[in-house]
Amino acid sequence: MTRFASAFGKGRAALVAFITGGDGDTAANLDALVAGGADVIELGMPFTDPMADGPAIQAANLRSLAKRTSTADLFAIAAAFRGRHPDVPLVLMGYANPMTVRGSDWFAAECAKAGVDGIICVDIPFEEDAELGPALRGAGVDLIRLATPTTDAARLPDVLNGAGGFLYYVSVAGITGLQQAAQASIEDAVARLKAATDLPVAVGFGVRTPQQAADIAKVADGVVVGSAFIDIIAQHGDAAAPHVEAFTRSLADAIHGAKEIAA
Amino acid sequence: MTQLPNSLRTQPDERGHFGQFGGRYVAETLMPLILDLEREYRTAQADPAFKAEFDYLLKHYVGRPSPLWFAERLTNDLGGAKIYLKREDLNHTGAHKINNCIGQILLAKRMGKTKIIAETGAGQHGVATATVAALFGLPCTIFMGAVDVARQQPNVFRMKLLGAEVVAVESGAKTLKDAMNEALRHWVANVHDTFYIIGTVAGPHPYPELVRDFQSVIGNEAREQILQAEGRLPDMLIAPVGGGSNAIGLFHPFLDDEGVEIVGVEAAGEGLDKRHAASLAGGRPGILHGNKTYLLQDEDGQITEAHSISAGLDYPGIGPEHSWLHEIGRVRYEPVTDDEALASFQKLTKLEGIIPALESAHAIAAAERIAPTLGKDKVIIVNCSGRGDKDIFTVAEALGVTL
Repeated sequence: MTRFASAFGKGRAALVAFITGGDGDTAANLDALVAGGADVIELGMPFTDPMADGPAIQAANLRSLAKRTSTADLFAIAAAFRGRHPDVPLVLMGYANPMTVRGSDWFAAECAKAGVDGIICVDIPFEEDAELGPALRGAGVDLIRLATPTTDAARLPDVLNGAGGFLYYVSVAGITGLQQAAQASIEDAVARLKAATDLPVAVGFGVRTPQQAADIAKVADGVVVGSAFIDIIAQHGDAAAPHVEAFTRSLADAIHGAKEIAA
Repeated sequence: MTQLPNSLRTQPDERGHFGQFGGRYVAETLMPLILDLEREYRTAQADPAFKAEFDYLLKHYVGRPSPLWFAERLTNDLGGAKIYLKREDLNHTGAHKINNCIGQILLAKRMGKTKIIAETGAGQHGVATATVAALFGLPCTIFMGAVDVARQQPNVFRMKLLGAEVVAVESGAKTLKDAMNEALRHWVANVHDTFYIIGTVAGPHPYPELVRDFQSVIGNEAREQILQAEGRLPDMLIAPVGGGSNAIGLFHPFLDDEGVEIVGVEAAGEGLDKRHAASLAGGRPGILHGNKTYLLQDEDGQITEAHSISAGLDYPGIGPEHSWLHEIGRVRYEPVTDDEALASFQKLTKLEGIIPALESAHAIAAAERIAPTLGKDKVIIVNCSGRGDKDIFTVAEALGVTL
């Protein structure tokens, strides 16, 4: 069984937690996420031009790059994480240029070597799959695709073709960390997506509180939280880990218990 | 002129690729809109009424055709090939930018979009966009890096007079590429009612194609005008290239004419070994702002800051069709430094009574370099893409003059 399958196969919704690599004490924060109960980790690859991100993650990218975080550093962080946490799925999330600059085969091989389970690339839609998809699938690394409120029924089969790991539903047409979608629209979308795929469906963008997360967890297989963690790291710097762990626990408790309350 | 057996004028392919360049590297949220835009553009291309309205506005509002001026005193001074200037500086709003804005706002209207956004560096594209938005009565928001807002106050004020809202972008380096990032962020959250007027031949397909098509009026006119003036096609075309919309507009109608040599001029800033904006000479292929093209970047693919004295060339990328024309060798790209452009800015002003934009001064500088090496029977067309009134403060500062 893959790490994704076991993380999403616990009979409850999963907490998918995002932080930007190289922003704050990343190793300590990753450990705090796992200790707090996160089921899947997304590690952001910093980029100079994070076009799909809101102010919080933009600033995290800049803080990380100001410390000269390199791609080699990211893979070192990933490999060390895999050594400490053999069973927790790890996803690298970022933009096309840093992922393809040395060639997609190089990137896919590095991912496999570092124990990375999946990749989310924000700016490669299925139309440009050749850029990264074949190399990742060849290396046994899942390409996690994004579906959005603008992904209509005609596009959805192509979005799912070649997708792996889980399906990331971006619940608002917008950027990370700002507004949250209405619960009803999330429920409709998740039902539509789940009818089309066996992949777990995780919902993200704009989820900041345990209550929001619990509501989504009633209908989705996973809830993605990112900017709220980034805010904690921005506030506490290198000493953020205990705060990250406490917040993770509050989210995990809410998410993991949501389906029982619903039932 | 013989046509090449395989035309160079049929790019991009149906997926928006110019060779390995171009494409649609955007977030999933934007893809359906990009596809809508492409469909709408195809129907507009096939609709004579669209072309008629475009032509009408170019003639009666922009003031086209722009003249092709024989620069006799510059020619005599250089002592070589005859130099003609395509006078895009005489267009309404003072540059070629308006051609594209007219075309795109007509598309916005067809698509039923009710709000307009655009990015701008120095403010020229912002002013052109605010102008057409005023003409069509649509609310308009211009994204401009906070650094550029501070150094381009006259254009900021112009945009506001035209009724546009100017958003000072505080992210990243606070210049053009950050303004484009912010415009994309705004667009992704407002795709249902907002049209993004991209200012150059970059961004996701179909933008590089449609911006080129709207700007090709430059080359189509120049072709007719030089045939009238000289009875033949020119030996060479020269145009400045930032994103490259004025250049591709001049070049595209001539790509299949083998006898026409084509030169694009990149901004070499302080020199190619120092800070510059020459993506082809100093960059590598990569993916940014929706397309694959040559970019200034480090070994990890992080985008590096561009520098040019000309704000319109101060961008770390270049339109994908230029990357392709560079790789196949159809267009030769040459660097020109800040200092060379400054010297040509003054020379053209004194010899011809034409104050060129600093962007255009880069092309003039290349012409000064090349014309004396060619015979007096040769003919060069240089794109005078904009007027230099906007640049007088920058030039004064560079020359140590206090205004």
